[in-house]
Amino acid sequence: MSDVAPAASPMLNSVPPTSGQAAALERTWRDPPGLLGWISAVNHKTIGKRFISTAFAFFIAGGLFALAMRLQLAKPENGLMGPDLYNQLFTMHGSTMMFLFAVPVMQAVAVYLLPLMLGTRSVAFPRMNAFAYWIYLFGGLMLMTAFALDIGPDVGWFAYVPLSGPDYSPGKRADFWAQLITFTELSGLLEAIVIVTTVFKLRAPGMTLNRIPLFAWTMVVTAFMVMFAMPSVMLASTALIMDRLVGTHFYNPAEGGDVILWQHLFWFFGHPEVYFIFLPGLGFLSSIIPTFARRPIYGYTAMVLSVIATGFLSFGLWVHHMFATNLPDLGKSFFTAASLMIAIPSAVQIFCWLATLWTGRLRFRTPLYFALAFFVILVIGGMSGLMLASVPLDVQVHDTYFVVAHLHYVLLGGAVFPLFGAIYYWYPKFTGRLMGERLGRWNFWLFFIGFNVAFFPMHLLGLHGMPRRVYTYGAEMGWGTLNAVSTFGALLIAASVLCFLYNAWHSRSHGAVAGPNPWGGGTLEWATASPPPACNFEAIPVVHGRDPVWEAGAEPTHVAGLSVESREALVTTVLDAHPDKREAFPNPTPWPFVSAVATAVFFIGSIFTPWAVVWGTIPIGIATTIWFWPKRRETAAHLALERAP
Amino acid sequence: MSTSAIGGGAARPAGTTREASMQRRTEGQQAVRRVGAALDVAALPSVGFSHRSLMWWGTLGLMAIEGTAFALAIAIYFFFQVHAERWPYTTPPPALVWGTLNTVILIVSMLPNHLAKRAAERYDRRGVWMWLGLCLLLALLFLGVRWLEFSALNVRWDTDAYGSIVWTLLGLHTVHLVTDTWDSAVLEALFFTGPLEGRRYVDVSENAMYWYFVVWSWLPIYAVVYLAPR
Amino acid sequence: MRRIRVAQALSALALIAMAGAAFAIGSSPVTTGPHDVLAPAGVQADRIGQLWNVFLGVCTLVTLAVFAVFALALWRTPRATGETPADLSSLGRHESGPYRTVVGAVAVSIALLLVLLAASVWTDRALARMALADALSIQVVGHQWWWEARYGPAANEPMSDQFVTANELHVPVGRPVIVTLTGADVIHSLWVPSLAGKKDLIPGRTSKLQFRADHPGVYRGQCAEFCGFQHAYMGFQVFADAPADYAAWEARQRQEAAAPAGAALQRGEQVFLGSTCIMCHTVNGTTAQANFGPDLTHVGGRTTLAAGMLRNTPQDLKRWIRDPQKIKPGTSMPASTLPDADLDALVAWLGSLR
Repeated sequence: MSDVAPAASPMLNSVPPTSGQAAALERTWRDPPGLLGWISAVNHKTIGKRFISTAFAFFIAGGLFALAMRLQLAKPENGLMGPDLYNQLFTMHGSTMMFLFAVPVMQAVAVYLLPLMLGTRSVAFPRMNAFAYWIYLFGGLMLMTAFALDIGPDVGWFAYVPLSGPDYSPGKRADFWAQLITFTELSGLLEAIVIVTTVFKLRAPGMTLNRIPLFAWTMVVTAFMVMFAMPSVMLASTALIMDRLVGTHFYNPAEGGDVILWQHLFWFFGHPEVYFIFLPGLGFLSSIIPTFARRPIYGYTAMVLSVIATGFLSFGLWVHHMFATNLPDLGKSFFTAASLMIAIPSAVQIFCWLATLWTGRLRFRTPLYFALAFFVILVIGGMSGLMLASVPLDVQVHDTYFVVAHLHYVLLGGAVFPLFGAIYYWYPKFTGRLMGERLGRWNFWLFFIGFNVAFFPMHLLGLHGMPRRVYTYGAEMGWGTLNAVSTFGALLIAASVLCFLYNAWHSRSHGAVAGPNPWGGGTLEWATASPPPACNFEAIPVVHGRDPVWEAGAEPTHVAGLSVESREALVTTVLDAHPDKREAFPNPTPWPFVSAVATAVFFIGSIFTPWAVVWGTIPIGIATTIWFWPKRRETAAHLALERAP
Repeated sequence: MSTSAIGGGAARPAGTTREASMQRRTEGQQAVRRVGAALDVAALPSVGFSHRSLMWWGTLGLMAIEGTAFALAIAIYFFFQVHAERWPYTTPPPALVWGTLNTVILIVSMLPNHLAKRAAERYDRRGVWMWLGLCLLLALLFLGVRWLEFSALNVRWDTDAYGSIVWTLLGLHTVHLVTDTWDSAVLEALFFTGPLEGRRYVDVSENAMYWYFVVWSWLPIYAVVYLAPR
Repeated sequence: MRRIRVAQALSALALIAMAGAAFAIGSSPVTTGPHDVLAPAGVQADRIGQLWNVFLGVCTLVTLAVFAVFALALWRTPRATGETPADLSSLGRHESGPYRTVVGAVAVSIALLLVLLAASVWTDRALARMALADALSIQVVGHQWWWEARYGPAANEPMSDQFVTANELHVPVGRPVIVTLTGADVIHSLWVPSLAGKKDLIPGRTSKLQFRADHPGVYRGQCAEFCGFQHAYMGFQVFADAPADYAAWEARQRQEAAAPAGAALQRGEQVFLGSTCIMCHTVNGTTAQANFGPDLTHVGGRTTLAAGMLRNTPQDLKRWIRDPQKIKPGTSMPASTLPDADLDALVAWLGSLR
């Protein structure tokens, strides 16, 4: 017996959609107004933009921490700050950049772009997607607040035990670090589930798996890696909190624990983590280069296989962070071989991009500049990586500025420069206006030159014996000049970021108006307005090739028959993207926000008392149950559209 | 097809044979009609079980994550054991009785779990309510016995590294059990009160799949906690 | 367009200049400081230095090759405008030119990687097979933020005493040294770049480092694993002495502290034994036998104090004892409340402990 009366028969979209249908779709998919609307929003573009802005705010914070460090190191025995502040700064810089910027920003861009690229109206699990954003924000706020109150962590972003354990890190500093991990890993894991489900099941009809954009491939491979690697650091940090709070002995050698266990667990996560950052950067390159070379990418299949190979191989490298420990030599040699081998799929990708550039027709615009920087900066970083892969070389330059140089060359060359290119590239899609081209060139050159001036000398500093994580150094060491040069480079980078921020802000209202496809790109996000309507596409496109906008023409062209008065999207089969099901999507709701607040209270409370684990579950249970519990009106609307198979 | 048939709880026979699923696929493809330049999907179903539902993929992702966490926790256990001269260091191994009883309870619970899943796939509201309820009772029984298991471990979490990892292994599994019990309780209540639609039956089916995971993931943990130290 | 080309050319040149500088410094045999990977003075650092040259050579060549292809592509590829349509002629067609080039480049890359792997494994084995006949064994324990070095009994006199020193190792030139390492509190890392690669000192584990100094001199080292507050000031020195000098040093270290000669030095010893110093420090030959802090039996003979932070002069020693927290905040040693005259006597006595 039905206990809910179905609603009246709903309007469905036609091809082409009428203006009435477009208006109805806009009403259906947009965010509700007001403060309640702000916390209830579940539209992926809203969450995506918030996510990206928040990640960039953390990027600025992390950059300011680094600038402070560089000012302290600019001359020997500088008295700008003492070891307490310095040790907090490098911990905050690393933790902010790695956990609050580099990984989340990639997921954030994916959350915004993937439904547009794949030709659908939403990500999978939009409410969980919103929850993941709030949890990430609250974790970052917790860390920043701790730092502002001078109880920020000071044990490095990698927090080795026993230094971070109960005996040598009294107080709550290291606990804030460990709980930051819990917040950000929860967010990352949930986003990974969202991304995999979206890429596999929510595509435009005809977008077979070997037609999805390469950016979608990199994100789905990254998401799988996240699911298998993040549990390791969650276990490690939870064990650390337990050692510190309730007296467990995971890392206490006196009672059977092991100091090296931390390193294994951390780096089993930590090495794949750098690929969580690197692979999406490769995805950006594969989006930007074809557009500005005016041709489809060369070697799509090889590119896909390389991304997958990189994902698998990255799980076999972690011991190269532990070459200076007393692990057996034979084991270490295996990891040398694996660490060298992973260069091969990256090389394949570089050669395919070079082939695309060589055989295309180039249009030099700011997005392409940032993408091209990869070929200089990442290649240098890759070379220093090969050196670090060798055990004998590594035992000399491990834990020196040589490694600092390497990691910044690969992370900025492989991910941050492509990310800036991606922002210039997709900014018109997000906002409807282009960023300034002249200011973009200034941004680029200041960044490129500043980066090399800041980080190249660090290779030499490491070879000349300067270790990492030192708050100062003696004048007799002879490191002063190179450090001063490096600090000057850091100031240039700061100038370039200011340039970028001004450009992004100013272009909101003064940028040239961009139509749907200002760059002439080939993927589906360019087939809709800029900014896209709330529903992404008034009629979902049907796809017949890898670059649907370039290969348009074949019929059928669009999907008809989805509701315009209820949030509905099309679920397709995994391999061939045959239309399979119509899926009802949830309306805006504040319960993900409330659940995130309850979860944050639970996590932060458990830093101070283990009872928070018990009592804290009650508000979480209540909030998540209300989140799930179906509303009668929504159920009635779904029943009106329901069809059994 | 009646649009309120599912919410109404009328029983529908559901074929789970391969032929039936292929027939559904063909019907599904026929349900999509070419109308000029348009692909009309209005006749597509809006409910689907197993890999056709997004919830299945989400549940699978959760299983991958939690399975990895369990595997790593087991790896930590053996990491400590391999470096130990004597294992457990100073305490006796956990008593077998409660853990084994709980294993039996979990294995028994797979039957009502399976029946609940089948009932859901038939849109059988009463059937779901009955079998899910039985499953829930067994889960609560399990949790009660789990309390006894903790006290029969013969070691505290802060005694030594062995105690720490054993409590963590058991604790991790207990957390999963508690969350799935709560999920099942919420679904059980919902199937009593409504409002229901087809998607809620899919939720029951995926909840059942997750329960299988809770049971199957217990078996290696049981072996590690109770049998490895002997 | 010309501006782009000029800018590209300039940055390419700048990068080549930097790479060249790296190469120049990489291959220069001149010691650029007392603490340098590229100034090897022992067989292990030497072998690593040779491997560095192999890697630097191969990597520089590869980098220049990639840059050249990249620059050439940007130079010669025709330009597009906003109206240029996308070229779809590659769809469904095998592009044999790019295919052959990419496959060839990948093959060359794999070959070069195998060369690097072989060179690395070869060096690894050479390092592990350093001749260890007649090796000197030293045990080093890492503390926050100083180094404890324990030397065993003399090889030819098993009944002789072991001795302990701090922050300063002496080793005979040309003789292999095996250092056994462990951490007392947190993880540290022993690194003397001119002699060998680093090895971590891990609480609960022991590891070994083998090296041989082939040229007499003083080589600086520094902790290379972040160990807390004063990680930046945890340095040490390795003195590579001629064998006769080393033997003399070793013999002196085995002796107890000389009895103080003269009233002034006796007063200094009295001050030492009557103050809190003895709660942490050992001076063999007196009743002070605590080992929370460095062994001071022969402290007068060391060249530095506070793990390489201060020169061992009477003024600096006095400053250090007066208020260590001002010089190295966070260190375990508390400030002293001794009156000035007592402090002077103490400093003089400590200076006599050679």
